[in-house]
Amino acid sequence: MEKYLNEFAVGETGIVKKITADGKIKRRLFDMGVTPNVEILLRKVAPLGDPLEVTIRGYELSLRKSEAQNILMEVQK
Amino acid sequence: MIRFALAGNPNCGKTTLFNTLTGSTAHVGNWPGVTVDKREGTYKKLDEKVEIVDLPGIYSLSPYTPEEVVSRNFILDEKPDCVINVVDATNLERNLYLTTQILEIDVPVVVALNMMDALEASGDKIIIDDLQKQLGVPVIGISALKKQGTDELMKRAYDAAKHSRSGSTVLENSSVSGIISKVKDALPADLESKLFHAVKLIEGDELEIKAHPEANEIAMKLKAEQPDDGFEGDYEAVVADRRYDYISRKFRSVVIKANKKGVTKSDKIDKVMTHRIWAIPIFLVIMFAVFHIVFSEDLFFMNAMGLNIANNPTAVNFFTGMGYEGLLEEAMANGEELSLGIPSLGVFLQSWMGFLTDGLGELFLSFMPEGTWYTSLVVDGIIGGVGAVASFIPQILLLFLFISIMEDSGYMARVAFIMDRAFRKFGLSGKAFIPMLMGFGCSVPAMMAARTLEDEKERDRTIRLATCFSCGAKAPIWAMLATVIAAIGSSLGFLSSIFVFLIYILGIAIAIVFALIMKLFGKNNEVPPFIMELPAYHAPQFKNLMAHLWEKLKHYVIKAATIIAASTVVLWFLSNFGWAFWQGLVDIEDSIIADIGVVLKYFFYPLGWTMGEDGWMYAVATVTGLIAKEDVVSTCEILGVSGSTLSIAGIFAFAAYNLFTLPCMAAVATAKSESTKKGFWVTLAWWFVSSYIVSFIIYWVLHCYEIAWWIGLILTAAIIAAIVISALYLARRIKRANSQATA
Repeated sequence: MEKYLNEFAVGETGIVKKITADGKIKRRLFDMGVTPNVEILLRKVAPLGDPLEVTIRGYELSLRKSEAQNILMEVQK
Repeated sequence: MIRFALAGNPNCGKTTLFNTLTGSTAHVGNWPGVTVDKREGTYKKLDEKVEIVDLPGIYSLSPYTPEEVVSRNFILDEKPDCVINVVDATNLERNLYLTTQILEIDVPVVVALNMMDALEASGDKIIIDDLQKQLGVPVIGISALKKQGTDELMKRAYDAAKHSRSGSTVLENSSVSGIISKVKDALPADLESKLFHAVKLIEGDELEIKAHPEANEIAMKLKAEQPDDGFEGDYEAVVADRRYDYISRKFRSVVIKANKKGVTKSDKIDKVMTHRIWAIPIFLVIMFAVFHIVFSEDLFFMNAMGLNIANNPTAVNFFTGMGYEGLLEEAMANGEELSLGIPSLGVFLQSWMGFLTDGLGELFLSFMPEGTWYTSLVVDGIIGGVGAVASFIPQILLLFLFISIMEDSGYMARVAFIMDRAFRKFGLSGKAFIPMLMGFGCSVPAMMAARTLEDEKERDRTIRLATCFSCGAKAPIWAMLATVIAAIGSSLGFLSSIFVFLIYILGIAIAIVFALIMKLFGKNNEVPPFIMELPAYHAPQFKNLMAHLWEKLKHYVIKAATIIAASTVVLWFLSNFGWAFWQGLVDIEDSIIADIGVVLKYFFYPLGWTMGEDGWMYAVATVTGLIAKEDVVSTCEILGVSGSTLSIAGIFAFAAYNLFTLPCMAAVATAKSESTKKGFWVTLAWWFVSSYIVSFIIYWVLHCYEIAWWIGLILTAAIIAAIVISALYLARRIKRANSQATA
């Protein structure tokens, strides 16, 4: 099943299919290791409901929902 | 002298390595044109002295942040003899992404595999020999923290620096290698680091396109001819993907993971600190504790418990810097009993700093002739003025120590994580919360803390807002005005008890309005992205903290000795001499500043608080407040301001003006060094104009209420309507502009 990272529930894991962002945000995502075929686990949502904390390539990355909606994921399991 | 550059991701231990290598020789400045730290120092344990330049922490050599541009230009243009790429061994995959980019530049590179101690503690292993073979450059395992392997690292870097090295790329056998070599050939023959430039051109890097338009045309053509499948011709994605692909394929075998995969200590801490419910209360408690330790007069709440140290003169003298007699007199004059608790560390140190500068003044008075202009210059001007600023140093440093601890431990990133949602509405990110909160203590460390913000524009805005948060030095002004309100004794006398509170609330409310206005009118309306690492928690390093504090202290002392000293001397001159200054010292009533005050009185006339006979005194007090905000009070005292000519409206307007206008010289100087050049001038103009407008509005609205409540009500309604209408209009216009821009 495919959906965007901002629609994930805490604890859900998926594989990146595609990045639909542009410019600065796209570049930043690439630089932080968010590239196609990488595995991402949604670990946590901030107390006020945004941003998100994910585990990727062995470290913790934080990003806003507005940024996560540019990341199309294939849900695992 | 030869020169090495340290490059690496944020949180990879680069600064610790820098401190270990350079010891006390380190000095910190800014890179030209940007407010990004430039650290330099010397390593002396080799045959030759080596200059070490610590490049800012970066994730990539893309051109999107000032940090990245600075680092890349330094390596390309200044050509260091060797680049030491610091890599966090516990987070190899992402750290090597930057390494693959650095390797493309024609420069000797040595990889310092840092945090080997932490890696070993986790049970994981890295086969360094294999890593070295894959990368093609020396790899040395070190622990900057435990000073293991650092001398070996420097020896290897020194050897590497003797031979030139041409760039190599991990993209060599990938689908883009053909295009890379063709673009390389299209670049000018004498250009260095052709490989790097070629790859960046293929990525569509703006800086490279500007620098090599001809080669870019060829690159564009080649890219169009060979659209990479799956990426729809998006070569920025292709290159990033190939890099990570190479790293995960080649280096996964290099790392031998221990089998236990449990919850780490850092995870456990994080579970509490960013807890859904407890995160915000915990944060508020931490901030309260920080403020309490820095600013509280009564650290252990002794007064509340009915305890007192006032009957012990020795203790009082010790805790207040020999202030027993003075405090006793003051209390008796007010008809109160002296009641004192044990002060916080910050207040304690400040008292002693005050005692020292007072003592210094008395020392000079003891051997300099009394009543001469030069004695006054030294004692009142320099020691008095600079001393007032210097007495804040302990509290500024303490506040900064806590900021550094929060940063180094990894908690600051979580604060941003917790608060981001609330701040985004105002065009700011979560990290801006810390500088703003610090503003309640002192604007100087608040502005310094703005450096933790990544976006320069956001930094400028945060600095601009810092004055809205009433600092400790402004509190005496509000206290004085509260007594004035009480003395008026009208039906509004009840305001005196909540006046201070109202001013703090006013500051916060106006800060929100200001932030929204800046968001509406800012050219760059989008909030900077929040795609950032949340580093693992770790105990802050004492040595790093001290190095950090020492840097800040040096900055502040230099400022105090130059800008602040000069401005205090000017103000001293203006307030101690008449126009016929050769005739010697005069009282402030006859001084130049009194005449300036008379002129300024008319400038401030529309604000309502200089309309009385003694109006010029308020104007003068506002000006002397630029040295230190407490001087507003002392000037009012010297001039004998009674407050009887002010109405309630005038008092609020006067308070508002002093709250929002230029802060003290120390803060102005800090704003100058922490802002972008253009941002600083905008900030100065902002402080000047916005304080005038706010004060004006407050006076006239309140004044209408003073005339008749219904006139005030009508005016308030009219203003609210005007604000709502203009906000709606602006929002629509911006929406339209945005949709046009995207169309």
